[in-house]
Amino acid sequence: MVGITAFGGYVPRLRLSRKAIAQANSWANPALASQGKFERSMCNWDEDSLTMAVEAARDCLTGVDRKAVDAICFASTTAPFVDRQNAGVIATATNLSENLSTLDIGASQRAGTSALLAGLAQVKAGEKAHALVVASDHRRSRAGSSAEMNNGDGAAAVLIGTSGVIAEYLGSATVAVDFVDHFRGEGEEFDYDWEERWIRDEGLSKIVPRAIKAALEKTGLAGDAVDHFAMPCTFGKMADQLAKGAGIKPAAVRDNLHAQMGESGTAHALVMLVAALEDAAPGQVIMVVSFGQGCDVLLFRTTEALKTLPARRGIKGHLANRREETNYMKFLSFNGLIIQEKGKRAEGDKATALSVLYRKKDMILGLIGGRCTVCGTLQFPKAAICVNPNCHALHSQEDHAFQDEPARIMSWSADYLTYTIDPPAHYGMVTFNEGGRFMTDFTDYEQGQVDVGMDVRLMFRIKEFDDQRGFRKYFWKAVPQRKEA
Amino acid sequence: MATGIKDKVAILGMGCSKFGERWDCGAEELMVEAYTEALADAGIETKQIQAAWLSTCFDEVNVGKSGLALSTTLRLPNIPVTRVENFCASGSEGFRGAVYAVAAGACDIAVAVGVEKLKDTGYGGLPASSRGTIGALVNPNMSAPGNFAQLASAYRAKHGVNKDDLKRAIAHVSVKSHANGAKNPKAHLQKEVTLEQVMNAPIVAEPLGLFDCCGVSDGAACAIVTTPEIARAMGKQNIVTVKALQLALSNGLESSHNSWDGSYFHTARIAAKRAYDEAGIRNPRDELSMIEVHDCFSITEFVTMEDLHISPEGGALKDVLDGFYDADGKIACQIDGGLKCFGHPIGASGIRMLYEMYLQLQGRAGPRQRNNPRLGLTHNLGGGPNANVCSVAIIGEYN
Repeated sequence: MVGITAFGGYVPRLRLSRKAIAQANSWANPALASQGKFERSMCNWDEDSLTMAVEAARDCLTGVDRKAVDAICFASTTAPFVDRQNAGVIATATNLSENLSTLDIGASQRAGTSALLAGLAQVKAGEKAHALVVASDHRRSRAGSSAEMNNGDGAAAVLIGTSGVIAEYLGSATVAVDFVDHFRGEGEEFDYDWEERWIRDEGLSKIVPRAIKAALEKTGLAGDAVDHFAMPCTFGKMADQLAKGAGIKPAAVRDNLHAQMGESGTAHALVMLVAALEDAAPGQVIMVVSFGQGCDVLLFRTTEALKTLPARRGIKGHLANRREETNYMKFLSFNGLIIQEKGKRAEGDKATALSVLYRKKDMILGLIGGRCTVCGTLQFPKAAICVNPNCHALHSQEDHAFQDEPARIMSWSADYLTYTIDPPAHYGMVTFNEGGRFMTDFTDYEQGQVDVGMDVRLMFRIKEFDDQRGFRKYFWKAVPQRKEA
Repeated sequence: MATGIKDKVAILGMGCSKFGERWDCGAEELMVEAYTEALADAGIETKQIQAAWLSTCFDEVNVGKSGLALSTTLRLPNIPVTRVENFCASGSEGFRGAVYAVAAGACDIAVAVGVEKLKDTGYGGLPASSRGTIGALVNPNMSAPGNFAQLASAYRAKHGVNKDDLKRAIAHVSVKSHANGAKNPKAHLQKEVTLEQVMNAPIVAEPLGLFDCCGVSDGAACAIVTTPEIARAMGKQNIVTVKALQLALSNGLESSHNSWDGSYFHTARIAAKRAYDEAGIRNPRDELSMIEVHDCFSITEFVTMEDLHISPEGGALKDVLDGFYDADGKIACQIDGGLKCFGHPIGASGIRMLYEMYLQLQGRAGPRQRNNPRLGLTHNLGGGPNANVCSVAIIGEYN
């Protein structure tokens, strides 16, 4: 049986109030007021589609032997690198094996389901045993646009395999049509959209039913067999109408999470799939529909194994971990939509020595340190000579993965002098409970509530932007865990 | 068997420029200002100097990476000149080179000049510096105050001190130094401040406010050293000799091994102990007359009182508030105003600290003069709490 063996999700903690968007922009576009309800997810300044993908992948790989993963497909139309494989960065950051096929998929809002189909095909063909499919998007839009209201940032991941399947893959259908509802040309920052009524009436209404019909026919299922209809769509009631037309029960139509996070681009079909898996009982049918220059439709049936999947944050857990942001200026700043005074300390050259990055890639991207095989001391970074003053053994260390080790704050400060996009910069020494420590930046903290002894979770984040060269540095940061979390 | 440095080298003369925002001067003029004072104090001529050390740190905004700046500026007679740099302890490093050269018998008279021209960088604080190729990829974009401020968080946690009490104690450190600096015409900041001003100043890096941080200044200092025998033969009175000269560097323990708790300087404790052994000091609390420590930030001075084994561990708070380190206390700390009032032109600071100890030991410290001081200690620190270069030097009267 081929199917989904695990899932994971990620939604940034910050949620921008849509009312804040409307209030800031209604002087120019009063129509936005009607959209100013609920909230949308918003990347912190140090998050992008890669960092979110890494989190979703880590969530998905909870309890999984990471070295067993032998394929990774990454979908996004907002990947930070146009020519440097993004999937490879995720693989290194999540400590996957180098004996791995890697694939970036983009260029359409359908890329998430296309990646899922690619992963399923690899496993079905017997070429790969465990394919990790990750979709993530951090979509930029013009200030005061409808897209700014509707979009959200997020990621989701599923693992495809043949044993321990929690949702059996039943089949799929794809219709490919060059229907240009929007596009983003090479080198362009933002999407260009055509009229919504045309997209609704000529696009969604005519293309999606063809794919749904084909998928149902292929799998021999009737519409009313579908228990969860997961279809991203920002037009109100559109998903309900399409479901109705296919004979799918109204109750099966899933919440598109507009109120909680907005639509997360290529990730959203997978976000909704993961949310469905979180709600589903064994034996239920899930239909995933994704529109973009055509339409992908996939069908899954959950199994009894769903009940025994180890606990994880998933989409639900991340949606619950929220912090409201009402400062629209902060959103503009984090998304590079305003020109700000940064001060002299922001001027330094941010060049990366790529040879160093390569030599230290496991340390920097994967947070791999050392464990001394003579005395057992864990240490970061891994070094030629053991740091234990009673050992100092030479060349005694083996790799040790620190990213999931429990850790806490030993010392910290909140620095108003140094340059950061979101001052004051919080950083400090983080010690791992089982040994090892490192000085690192903090992120997603509550200002005024950081203190020595707090537990932290480590997260892969953007360390610095090299705007001069279009490069981004990534490293691991500490997220102080609030007591109730 | 090594016998240590005690009484092998004497200070023949010292000089110190006026510290401050010396918009009128470059590094060269500052060096000349300190050197000419030292030369006159020593009573020698340039041609008698046989080796020189130049300590300076931010070479890119100063004088380049060699000793040429010194040899050219002072028109030195084609002697060996070595440029040294060891973070903020660079000044002590220059002095160490000159002292060791004399002690080794390689030369009779050597000079150490420390200088830093910080106010041509355009920065209010220390300029942002390179973190190196790996550091740029992993280290936080830390400022110096943010690095040292972490001591406070760890000290509070370790000793169960609440935030306000520690803030008040470190504020006392700054109030005391400003009171001392007000009496020093060479200090950058010569103004007293109140506890309220310090406590209510804008925060630079939690919990350090503006007055918890030392100033940013230009300056130079100079020491000319020789053997006690030569000094005596030259007819010098009140000869001051080097009693100890120690340097301890972190080896990665603090930054990578969980045995360090972040509330103190591991290296300072080691360097101080070695210095006391070298100088033959058994009880520093009773024997030291005065100390000049590396008060880049008030919290640094505060924990250093324990690291120098003067205050008991956890006891700095009481000693500081009791006035033990005040100008009229048992051991005066920063009697010249410290980095707090002089600012910290990196390459100069270590030698500037020695300058005040030297003046005090010779009874030439004017309104700041302590009653009959015998031993003075300088503590000069480079780097941050978790990885640093720590120098402890002791000078005293030659018997």
